[in-house]
Amino acid sequence: MFRKLTLTAATALALTTGQAVAAEVETHIEDVAFSFEGPFGSFDQMQLQRGLQVYTEICSACHGLELISFRTLHDEGGPALPEDQVRAYAENFEIFDQSLFDGEGDFRPATPADRFPASSLSNAPDLSLMAKARAGFHGPYGTGINQFVKGMGGAEYIVSLLTGYEEEPECALEGEPMEGYYNTAFAAGGFPDSCKDDHGKHKVPGSWIAMAPPLYGDDVVYADGHASDLHHVAEDVSAFLMWTAEPKMMARKQAGLTGVIFLTVLSVLLYLTNKRLWAPHKKKKH
Amino acid sequence: MAGIPHDHYEPKSNGEKWLHSRLPIVGLLYDTLMIPTPKNLNWMWIWGIVLTFTLVLQIVTGIVLVMHYVPHVDMAFQSVEHIMRNVNGGHMIRYFHMNGASLFFFAVYLHIFRGLYYGSYKAPREVTWIVGMLIYVLMMGTAFMGYVLPWGQMSFHGTAVITGLFGAIPFVGESVQVWLLGTPNGAIDQPALNRFFSLHYLLPFVIAGLVAVHIWAFHSTGNNNPTGVEVRRTSKEDAAKDTLPFWPYFVIKDLFALAVIMAVFMAVVGFMPNYLGHPDNYIPANPLATPSHIVPEWYFLPFYAILRAFDQEVWVVIAVNWLSFGIVDAKFFGVIAMFGAIVVIALAPWLDTSSVRSGRYRPMFKWWFWLLAVDFVILMWVGARPAEGIYPYIALLGATYWFAYFLVILPLLGVIEKPTAPPATIEDDFNAHYAPNDAGSSTLAKPAE
Repeated sequence: MFRKLTLTAATALALTTGQAVAAEVETHIEDVAFSFEGPFGSFDQMQLQRGLQVYTEICSACHGLELISFRTLHDEGGPALPEDQVRAYAENFEIFDQSLFDGEGDFRPATPADRFPASSLSNAPDLSLMAKARAGFHGPYGTGINQFVKGMGGAEYIVSLLTGYEEEPECALEGEPMEGYYNTAFAAGGFPDSCKDDHGKHKVPGSWIAMAPPLYGDDVVYADGHASDLHHVAEDVSAFLMWTAEPKMMARKQAGLTGVIFLTVLSVLLYLTNKRLWAPHKKKKH
Repeated sequence: MAGIPHDHYEPKSNGEKWLHSRLPIVGLLYDTLMIPTPKNLNWMWIWGIVLTFTLVLQIVTGIVLVMHYVPHVDMAFQSVEHIMRNVNGGHMIRYFHMNGASLFFFAVYLHIFRGLYYGSYKAPREVTWIVGMLIYVLMMGTAFMGYVLPWGQMSFHGTAVITGLFGAIPFVGESVQVWLLGTPNGAIDQPALNRFFSLHYLLPFVIAGLVAVHIWAFHSTGNNNPTGVEVRRTSKEDAAKDTLPFWPYFVIKDLFALAVIMAVFMAVVGFMPNYLGHPDNYIPANPLATPSHIVPEWYFLPFYAILRAFDQEVWVVIAVNWLSFGIVDAKFFGVIAMFGAIVVIALAPWLDTSSVRSGRYRPMFKWWFWLLAVDFVILMWVGARPAEGIYPYIALLGATYWFAYFLVILPLLGVIEKPTAPPATIEDDFNAHYAPNDAGSSTLAKPAE
């Protein structure tokens, strides 16, 4: 049945169809127990450093982190690299400096005061905020309440995407060959008609993504000897991207905890004050 | 303050007398703070303080944010991230401001429904009610424009949808849309961002002014209370039996409630600050890519559902379209319905014909009221669902009840309902819950021994 919105125009049309698509595409998002989840969770410093390594050796070939300053790699509650390592790390990147050559500009090695370069490919989105710009799950029953203990699932979404490449389903082989790669976690890509049922409902989860599988397992060699199979590497880089998206998460949770404790104590004191104040006027009936 | 008789400020020292004869400001503060307040107010009478506090919170955090924010289409998103990353405490200030909007609406909805249940809108408090509704409408405008400022995907495409609503007005719609956005082709660009920023900074101060009028109005009539029975004004002694001074009794009570609510608020800000937001707004605005799921913020959802409920298959819409020679199409009808849904709340004082004020003594009204409250929640839920399958029918049903409540049920109930008897005085109601006070109700509590 075709129902038209009261707000028509192009936006509204996009809105209806868009919502219909969003409602139909099923994706596989795996729940990962990250160390930073829940009110008391905190980033695992070693994991962030491993994630930085994965980003540097693999993701950075195409994707940028243009909102992140190198100096923040030294921050408490983050990867917390020693200052000299941050300096040495930044020098691996070349950035364009407009002030060089009398204003004509030139490339120079980056310093801790600079930011990571932007994406080198136009269709490779910047990763700085990716873990907050995607919500892996919003449950139970669409209420999203589980954010309190699990976070909003952005990091889980990234893990699922990086590990979600699968053989194309058989139904896809019937029609025109699809561009891109079949991924069970990706919702916004192309989808073959041959994999939809009569009502347009998708028979297989996910869709086709332009990005080739970036990780296969054992893509990096960790200095700390940590396992480097596909799943571990994906988790590490997802945790790192959670930090790039929310670098002040530890400070925020600390402030939240302090605030809640302070306000709870204040509430108790005010409750007792209020009770005493009203006592002469409110005598319980016997 | 006119109304309830009570002791007024008397300047004692020469200095006080000197100031009082020139500017009676201490007297004004005294009368405001010591206003006789019905002593039977329950816990639904705390939202005013919560709202006042939230307004101050939003203005203070907002002023700090403006010190770092850049209202430019190329820099707005970056400047918000600059606040989140580089400004000292910036991430907390911004999350307070962001979630403060939700706290504001949470409190205002409970405040409004409190008024609807206890008949606070009825004579002589119509002006308080109307001013309150004006504040609410300004809050919606302010919140919407504030949501545009980070210039994320949802900011941008939400603006397209909302300003598109004004485009639905017959004849002048397109001109209005162009005038709102400030670009000749109706594109959402720098002029829109700049004016929204300007108005987002201005309107909170207009709200603050109206809040003063709101308080002035109900300080003139006196507070309503759960019984809806007026404070006796026959003498100061009679009034004192029904009331207690605002300070310290209600200030401490309200501060206690505020502290509890702020503890919950702090937990949301500290542990799940993006719970009520949309992930898409962490993607910079891109006119070429429409998000798959444009949904307004939760506090707009009930009215968004009403907007979408009346599509061109509804017979009322078809009838109106035919009667208006096609001028009122489904789109414009939806816009009228959405604004109408707010207007009918403002008209409640004249739509409610019952002689009894408080819903507590109206056996039939109670049921219809709670159905309205449930309807509001259902509309909020269905407003976030896609407009397909069964959802449009639920929305239509919910929207129909919303209008039926105000336009049919409220006027009819006054005629057919047989209310129970309210207590004769507030003192009677209070004493029904607590033993009569042998010390005399006007005696202040003794300080701690």
